Amino acid sequence: MIKNFIEKSWLLIIASLAFGVLLAVTNAQLTPRIKQNEIDKFNTLAGQMIDGAKNFESVPDEIMITSAKGKEIAVDVKQATDDSGNTIGFAFVAEGSGFADKIKLVITADAKFETTLGFGVLLSNETPGFGDKINKPKHYFVKQFTGTPAKKLELAKIGDWKKIDDDTEIIAITGATVTSDAVVSIFNDYIEQIKTQLQEKGLL
Amino acid sequence: MASEKTTPLSQTFIAGIWKENPVFALLLGMCPTLAVTNSVAASLTMGVSVIFVLTCSNIVISLMRNLLKPHVRILMFTLTIATFVTIVDLVLKAFMPEMSTKLGPYIPLIIVNCLIICRAEACASKSGLVKSIIDALGMGLGFTLTLSVLAAIRELLAEGNVLGFTVFATVENDGWFTPWGGMGMPVGAFVTLGLLLAVVNLINKKKA
Repeated sequence: MIKNFIEKSWLLIIASLAFGVLLAVTNAQLTPRIKQNEIDKFNTLAGQMIDGAKNFESVPDEIMITSAKGKEIAVDVKQATDDSGNTIGFAFVAEGSGFADKIKLVITADAKFETTLGFGVLLSNETPGFGDKINKPKHYFVKQFTGTPAKKLELAKIGDWKKIDDDTEIIAITGATVTSDAVVSIFNDYIEQIKTQLQEKGLL
Repeated sequence: MASEKTTPLSQTFIAGIWKENPVFALLLGMCPTLAVTNSVAASLTMGVSVIFVLTCSNIVISLMRNLLKPHVRILMFTLTIATFVTIVDLVLKAFMPEMSTKLGPYIPLIIVNCLIICRAEACASKSGLVKSIIDALGMGLGFTLTLSVLAAIRELLAEGNVLGFTVFATVENDGWFTPWGGMGMPVGAFVTLGLLLAVVNLINKKKA
């Protein structure tokens, strides 16, 4: 029985071991660089939004939030500090479901967590020409999140952009309502809960 | 495919580019053909990735062709292809993180790309090492060129530029060209591929 098994599958077993070693070596060689790329991207995006940020360090306490679907998520909230070590803002990675795929954002807020400083896109495969406008920092949709109060936001579907007085209203991208709604939902899922927990832990 | 003894290597190579082009003649690898051809850079990256995976898997399969038993044949093909695709995925994440993000799941999906399994079965498992390598390079190059042509047309009509170089000045930049948004979406891929297939068939018909 065992002899029969080995006769039939020895090539597969040896190839699996050889390929396994090859993959393990490649993975070990490249993982540090991949991790560093992720850190660099986070720092670049967050640094563009928080003026004068030199360092990003995780806050000492664990921040847990509950998503709209009731899932518990641990969030690595980072404190941005300037040259003198003063806290000048906060940044964290937040994610949610978009139109085509998962959307992963870097969201930033000021030192008192009163207003958001904007968002940058870490991962998005939204529809080219429509939902992918969230990748363009100069687009009106993206700019609306700079200086927005750190509280629940509402999505307004009013066609093209026009000035509105309510700071908590975000005008959707025409033709990309699902993507616009996804970004607003990500903000709503994370911002208030993180702010409350930072206050409770005496970090604000 | 003609037998190894009768087909010169140069003909094997050229066949992959036109006569047996994986996309236009064999209609293989349609998933990446439709999915990543909204940008030339993404298409070139996909093409080079496929050339690497195809060449490496053809080399391994050709070397072990005399040891392959029928019941483990497909398993061995998949195992070999999956290994090289994982290496490509890791390399892209390490050295081209933006492109890796842009291509998303389509790099891991090379594992189930019919083109690579087809060449493993039709050529590498029956031919010598040199012929398998030439076949992989010809097929890979044919696939890359096809993707690039498709992407160039789509990118040009969807954005007015190719690889970041402005070809048509868009109305947004005080030019005359109104971008065709649909060309950047799946519909653009289907329409462009259909038209190119018609053109290729027409040329082949006239040559015959």
